Amino acid sequence: MKTEKFKKEYLGRTVVTAAGIFIIILTLAIGAFLFYRGSATFTVNHHSVAEFLFSPDWNPADIGEGGTVGAAVFIVGSIVISLLALLIATPFSIAAALFMVEISPKVGAKILQPAVEIFVGIPSVVYGWVGLTVLVPFLASVFNLAYGYSVLAGAVVLAVMIFPTITTVAADAIRGVPAEYKEASYGLGSTRWQMLHKVEVPAALPGILTGVVLGLARAFGEALAVSMVIGKMQAFPAGLLSPTTNLTSEITADMGNTTSGSEWNNALWSMALLLLIISFIFILLIRIVGRKRRA
Amino acid sequence: MDAKHKHAKTADKAATVILYIIAGFFLVLLAAFTVYVLYRGAVSFSPEYLSFTRQGIGVQFFNTVYLVFLSLIICVPIGIAAGIYMAEYAGSGRLTRFLRMCIETLASLPSIVVGLFGYLVFLVMTGLHWNMLAGALAVSILNLPSLTTVTEDAFGDVPDLYRDGSLGLGATHWQTITKVLLPVALPRIITGIIMAAGRGFGEAAALLFTSGMSSDVDFSNWNPMSINSPLSVMRPADTLAVRIWALKTEGVAANADKLSDISAAVLILMVFVFSLASRHIGARLENRLTGGKGGK
Repeated sequence: MKTEKFKKEYLGRTVVTAAGIFIIILTLAIGAFLFYRGSATFTVNHHSVAEFLFSPDWNPADIGEGGTVGAAVFIVGSIVISLLALLIATPFSIAAALFMVEISPKVGAKILQPAVEIFVGIPSVVYGWVGLTVLVPFLASVFNLAYGYSVLAGAVVLAVMIFPTITTVAADAIRGVPAEYKEASYGLGSTRWQMLHKVEVPAALPGILTGVVLGLARAFGEALAVSMVIGKMQAFPAGLLSPTTNLTSEITADMGNTTSGSEWNNALWSMALLLLIISFIFILLIRIVGRKRRA
Repeated sequence: MDAKHKHAKTADKAATVILYIIAGFFLVLLAAFTVYVLYRGAVSFSPEYLSFTRQGIGVQFFNTVYLVFLSLIICVPIGIAAGIYMAEYAGSGRLTRFLRMCIETLASLPSIVVGLFGYLVFLVMTGLHWNMLAGALAVSILNLPSLTTVTEDAFGDVPDLYRDGSLGLGATHWQTITKVLLPVALPRIITGIIMAAGRGFGEAAALLFTSGMSSDVDFSNWNPMSINSPLSVMRPADTLAVRIWALKTEGVAANADKLSDISAAVLILMVFVFSLASRHIGARLENRLTGGKGGK
């Protein structure tokens, strides 16, 4: 009797519980290993965290020590490009979400929603490839530049990539606004646009913010597409049209060329750790916004 | 009608027009994007590029399919199991909250970070060279959270009547899960698996440092234990997406541009295939398994 019950219940239950625990262990392992390798810059090579975060002086040694590991250029590059992408994508995303939910739900469900899903599915190297073959030459000819590799090119490519993320989440949030809000607004005689921008968007704002943070997280961690169009020049960007570099580009470019355990290699791992920490901060932000939403 | 009303009406009309324009803009953008990639692929096409040599993309296509297949074998069982745990057994305690946090964290990890973790654990620490298995494991980590969430949602949406009926007949919770709930939840889980496969197909950042940027493979040798056999999982294996990256960043070959054009076109085609497949297979299975009544 007991073995039968074991087969019918406990075995399966144990297996699925183990899978859940496996995910916890995996997540902790990723954090632990990256922390272990990423902290070597500070514990083994004795650089200060402040130097890593705020100094623009990047010249780490691949053999021995004595270089400098200031990653400010890469950090600023990542921040500027992601924020710019967000600035471009957010208004469009909210507009597309409003269209999908309120203006034409039929076209939204039949055409726009599938289109958005296809946008999500397009691999980032293909975005980078199109950026490289279309956007970069286009920017070069329009603005009379020697090369079109630039902050703007990176931001536009990223904006297209995060647009579906923000749109999907924003559309869900707008759909979740109670019908009474809408009815009350119409009942008071407002036009559709007044209802949309004075009632529905403010009511859906926490959900829209969640989408924006998710988009920002995706933009910040995106590696290949940006790195193909950004120019990889190790300097603070002088303007929208000048090339620069970012964290992910530097990691992909040099991780394979450095000796494991060297000062340079350790500094790259520190960048990877920074990416991990930042994506974790985004998760916390989303949770805080989500809690406000429920409250 | 006073000026204020008139203004509101005009603003309403203008806003509607603008929203239409923006929605139209995105459809045009997607269409242009797709047509351009396919056009470039078609123009650059010539049959020799499909060959299984350095001049073709055959090897990379094979690698991509094989790597995605391997990764699904690894992550689908774990993802579904974890999803079942979340939906059916996890309470609302501290452990569950922590697990949910872990899933969200995993889901938002940049793929390059997952690739570096794979590089560290599967290559540096084991002393192995780039290999397909390491790449498949990295892609598995990327797909695990979405599979878990899809499964959990699919189980969560099964009406309680099913659960009550089965338990009322004396089935255990686990029997209810495997015999009653899983078949109902299956269409959505399969849709999730197809989407995971699609993501694996286009992934590159997580593979650069795990499965590597080159292939050394002999298509006349099908002994899976041999290191350069196509079936070997311990050989370095570049996928289509990785090939595009390599060709565009350090490609020196004369036909680098044409090869990357064709690879990009193939990837875009695959995106459409996966997207359509996930819509249609999901809907069809749902019809068959629920007798056309729809489980939603």
